[in-house]
Amino acid sequence: MNETLVNPTVAVESASASRPQPTLTIRPASGWAALNLHEIWSFRDLLLSLAGRDLKIRYKQTALGVLWVVLQPLLAAGVFSFVFGAVAGLSSDGVPYLVFSFAGLLGWNFFSNVLGKVSSCLVGNAHLISKVFFPRLVLPISGLGSCVVDFVVGLALMVVLMGCYRIVPTGSVLWFPVAVLVLIALAMGVGLWLAALMVSYRDVSYILPVLMNILLYASPVAYSVAVVPAKLRWVYLLNPLTPPLEAMRSGLLGKPFGDPGALGISALVAVAMLVFGLYAFKRMERKFADVI
Amino acid sequence: MSSDDLAISVRGLSKSYTIAQERDRPTTLAETLLRRLRHPLHRVPTETFWALKDVSFDIHKGDVVGVIGRNGAGKSSLLKIISRITEPTEGEIDLYGRVGSLLEVGTGFHPELTGRENIYLNGAILGMTKGEIRRQFEAIVDFAGVEKFLDTPVKRYSSGMYVRLAFAVAAHLETEILIVDEVLAVGDSEFQEKCLGKMKDVSTQGRTVLFVSHNMSAVRSLCTEVIYLVNGRVREVGSPSHAIATYLHNAKTATSGSFEGSRGVRVSDVSFSQFNGESAGTALDFGGSYRLTMDVHSPEPLRAALSISIRDGEGLKVSSIQSVEEGCEFWDLSRVNRITCDLPDLSLVPGDYQLSVALGDEYDSYVQAENALRFSVEPRCVDGSPWSYNKSHGVYRIARGVRVS
Repeated sequence: MNETLVNPTVAVESASASRPQPTLTIRPASGWAALNLHEIWSFRDLLLSLAGRDLKIRYKQTALGVLWVVLQPLLAAGVFSFVFGAVAGLSSDGVPYLVFSFAGLLGWNFFSNVLGKVSSCLVGNAHLISKVFFPRLVLPISGLGSCVVDFVVGLALMVVLMGCYRIVPTGSVLWFPVAVLVLIALAMGVGLWLAALMVSYRDVSYILPVLMNILLYASPVAYSVAVVPAKLRWVYLLNPLTPPLEAMRSGLLGKPFGDPGALGISALVAVAMLVFGLYAFKRMERKFADVI
Repeated sequence: MSSDDLAISVRGLSKSYTIAQERDRPTTLAETLLRRLRHPLHRVPTETFWALKDVSFDIHKGDVVGVIGRNGAGKSSLLKIISRITEPTEGEIDLYGRVGSLLEVGTGFHPELTGRENIYLNGAILGMTKGEIRRQFEAIVDFAGVEKFLDTPVKRYSSGMYVRLAFAVAAHLETEILIVDEVLAVGDSEFQEKCLGKMKDVSTQGRTVLFVSHNMSAVRSLCTEVIYLVNGRVREVGSPSHAIATYLHNAKTATSGSFEGSRGVRVSDVSFSQFNGESAGTALDFGGSYRLTMDVHSPEPLRAALSISIRDGEGLKVSSIQSVEEGCEFWDLSRVNRITCDLPDLSLVPGDYQLSVALGDEYDSYVQAENALRFSVEPRCVDGSPWSYNKSHGVYRIARGVRVS
């Protein structure tokens, strides 16, 4: 099978004249590469497969399987309603404490899952990154996808709980989708930045759970903003998570949401964070395979 | 050949890695920050290492091109850049057609998922669309021979089944350009034959293949052209027979370098000699008697034993030399300078081999000289025989004569 021997092509300069267009030209990237959404779209099958993998393997070899998606937040909500509702006797705006804290956890868990998943997506898939090419943004986006599925399941349970306790949302529920988008942008922005950082510094994976634990108690999840002393409330509102979490809860529980301005500020912070996160991610992207 | 049927065109390609000097490199965020605070203007001293330097070549459609060279010659870097896993530092590559790369068998296989689920996942990872995988599904399952276990998690597969399934998915990748890195170094010999056969099919379909291998017989039988890399530069592009001859010739004159492990332990000058002390090079005679020697060095007293593994051209471990099992007790490495192993009547069948040297005790490995020395065993006839043992006879000659009565 040796009939087509080709001489080595040394003439580099002649490589321009009458050639068909290359499908792709690889050259060192300069500046910060464009997002190239088109390319990500062409890898949508991979995106779905990876998200599907996450969902499928999570509850393999568990007795209760998918039930854990609803059991985990329900148990956490139970603990909160016991500690903060029954023992500490905090107010829950006249809603049963279980439903109240579950509504808070719905948004919080979504945020924390997305952040956790996105920030570890590069290190967790190091073997893929060093062996195959695909737009690296596929990893965080598929991570987000699998979290969205959990969120929808949690939301369905929330609707059931609302039905049980005869809670009817009012017009303020319109803030709900806005708040969800703000949470996604925040979680993705911070997550992308941490993911890029974690490639070089694994410290991030040790610090993050600690910070998340602190943030959980610094956010209106287990209790309402109303119980924060008025003197401290301005500090409290510095937390960009506060407005979207409050908006989600009041929307679901049929309470008026009093602070659209704060939500607007949160949205701006979130968008800025998202742009910064994407920038950090894209900047590190070309080095991932070499460093990881 | 006109320039219309180009598949890959590489021009002035270089790739450098920056290596911080080992002992100073900060490994945690805190260390980095601390250092910044203490020496705000001081930069970590770095070295630049060129994995590839000014590499240019053209590959035409339908060519099967082998990339050969010693470890560290830049083969993997080249493949990774063409596969877009990492970026070049300088230069350009034009690709005419979709590229599929197989740098490993079973990338992204998940042990908890079933065979069926893994086919879809792995296919997607390799760049196939759902439609393509569905169309090829029967063929993949058939090639791997795992019909009965499609809905079993792959963690319950035997390692053979696992590898077969993984290769089967990869083998059905339908890109115009296929990049393959030593994936044939897996599975039993029957399956390897099957893989080689599949690779031949691919090349007859007019697709372009770039194939990295240490297995010269595979390169010889598959490739129409060979690129021989030395220290990140192209030494030779041309016919397989010529490039392989150059490569083997260089391999024979080369001696092993020096390998340093932890605590300053060093292994160097691994080499073969005749029993009379003459150097034997790295082309040994089947049935000959040799001494394998190496220099070792340790700055501090360490209790050590020696382990040498010998692998064949396919990467399969065919034998090893264990000092403890040979009845040589653990020794103090700082008092030892030279280790000698006697290999009378070399019984490895003719072929290419490589050996790796490790020094350590039961718990710790001080130094690992991976592929410290490549050598070949050349065919020699046993007295009275018209021809020699060869690769198809296995890896080892165990008999010493046959009598009929």
